[in-house]
Amino acid sequence: MSDGNGVRRIETSALARVEGEGAMHVRIRGDEVLAVELRIYEPPRFFEALLRGRALEEAPDITARICGICPIAYQTSACQAMEDALGIEVAGPLRDLRRLIYCGEWIESHALHLYMLHAPDFLGYESGFAMAADHREIVERGLRAKKAGNRLIEVIGGRAVHPVNVRVGGFYKTPEPRDLEALRPELERCRDEALETVRWCAGLDFPELERDYELVCLRSGSDDEYPIDDGRIVSSRGIDVAPAQFDATFEERHVEHSTALHARVRERGSYLTGPLARFGLNRERLSPIAATAAREAGIGDGCSNPFRSIVVRAVEILYAFDEALRLIAGYERPDRPSVAYEPRAGTGHGVSEAPRGMLYHRYEIDDAGEIISAWIVPPTSQNQRSIEEDLIEFVAANVRLPDDELQRRCEQTIRNYDPCISCSTHFLKLEVERD
Amino acid sequence: MSPRRVLIGLGNDLRGDDAAGLLVARAAREASRGGVDVVEAGGEPIDLLDAWENAEAAVVVDAVVSGAAPGAIQRIDAAAGPLPAPFAAPSTHALGLAEAVELARALGRLPDRLIVFGIEGTDFATGGEPSAAIRSAVASLAAAALAELDDG
Repeated sequence: MSDGNGVRRIETSALARVEGEGAMHVRIRGDEVLAVELRIYEPPRFFEALLRGRALEEAPDITARICGICPIAYQTSACQAMEDALGIEVAGPLRDLRRLIYCGEWIESHALHLYMLHAPDFLGYESGFAMAADHREIVERGLRAKKAGNRLIEVIGGRAVHPVNVRVGGFYKTPEPRDLEALRPELERCRDEALETVRWCAGLDFPELERDYELVCLRSGSDDEYPIDDGRIVSSRGIDVAPAQFDATFEERHVEHSTALHARVRERGSYLTGPLARFGLNRERLSPIAATAAREAGIGDGCSNPFRSIVVRAVEILYAFDEALRLIAGYERPDRPSVAYEPRAGTGHGVSEAPRGMLYHRYEIDDAGEIISAWIVPPTSQNQRSIEEDLIEFVAANVRLPDDELQRRCEQTIRNYDPCISCSTHFLKLEVERD
Repeated sequence: MSPRRVLIGLGNDLRGDDAAGLLVARAAREASRGGVDVVEAGGEPIDLLDAWENAEAAVVVDAVVSGAAPGAIQRIDAAAGPLPAPFAAPSTHALGLAEAVELARALGRLPDRLIVFGIEGTDFATGGEPSAAIRSAVASLAAAALAELDDG
């Protein structure tokens, strides 16, 4: 819409198909984009404050409640931070099991986003179920993938939502090899279908947008591992630091229009975390089947069009199925379900790759094991400035589109990130205003 | 083998009146003569597609906020058409009951007969107990749900 001053304003009061509550405001004068703001109005949730005074063992289960979509990410980052503070290491088969349950989360979260939330944007449907009537096979495939991911989490974690079996040091109980082996036929079927989905996604119509992001993600200590559960923090502009250096490398800033903090690289600016960053910096570490699929999908040399993130997610789903099968084939039940520890005072840092990006936790604990302070930096707050910058560039290049089409494309731009607004609040209404 | 009939209670025990569907499922399990599968569903409504798989008839019970009197019960024939707005997702990342029903309809995975009972809740506080209005409606709603499945 335009007002008497020639201001063009597009407004989306509550963004659909993203998790949590937020709005977007775009102001345009003529062909010039004056401002783009993501307004996150999901109320702050104060998790960091409610962790203070709690026992270190409670952090994985309390922080898992921050998100129903990626509880494993929260549990993993929390456990690793505590283990760092306690000076213990979870290695070998226990670490493999942690990576395996994380594969389940990548699969269920990516499948929900790809098939039900993001694909409808490319095919012109209002929703996943509107799409289902015309693309029944695709949607059924997505439901099968999601179910297989949930099943993996259930078998290891005790239940699919907010699993109960993850603890500092490992697990309360480890699964029998036969329980994991029983999952193999369905995982193999889903891996075959995931390969089909990479090909299907490669054929979608992608809006043009090339961005020069600073990509930030983890890099595993092992050369043949794509980053999921741990690693060093690396970037496309030279960052290569241990998790303990997070604070020295990045900073969070409060911005007036959002209840989520904006993260940036100190003295540099915005950065991108998530599938495009992981793929950009680690694609040579994909398994052969996933690497070949990426090449055949036309992204073998990398991908800087955020709209193609749907293809990267499809590759990551394929990888997660393949990796899960590899880990199950090598699984031997650990001697003990967890590594023992004695409480001691200290500070610990934990970082893992949630499906939508890097998730950092830091805790300070006292000698009785009580939490003195907690700091959690979720992926969506790290990506928030990049989302705004994508929107600025996309709107500038497409300023002549009619308001309703521009609004639809802006929403799609935001969904490229699979943003988890409820996680990042400490995150949508879409508003385009033309001067 | 007689056709599968399933009663599904949707809810969360830790959110006050949101426990209503679960309480009804538990009461129905006690009262059932055994011809009905009773499922307590606390996760995502999308799981309903599996919960009523191969069922000829299904009843879903869920708490609802529609502005009606506390404890008031709505009976909706979901096989006949979409559920009203109060049954849609309060979250935008997960599907609500209404969306799960429409997804199942589009995929041809809706039972021939699907009755949804909505019971009006008022207090969904974290850690809260179900209100008196909900508690006093549980037994009769369980009986009504079983009667829909010829098990009453």
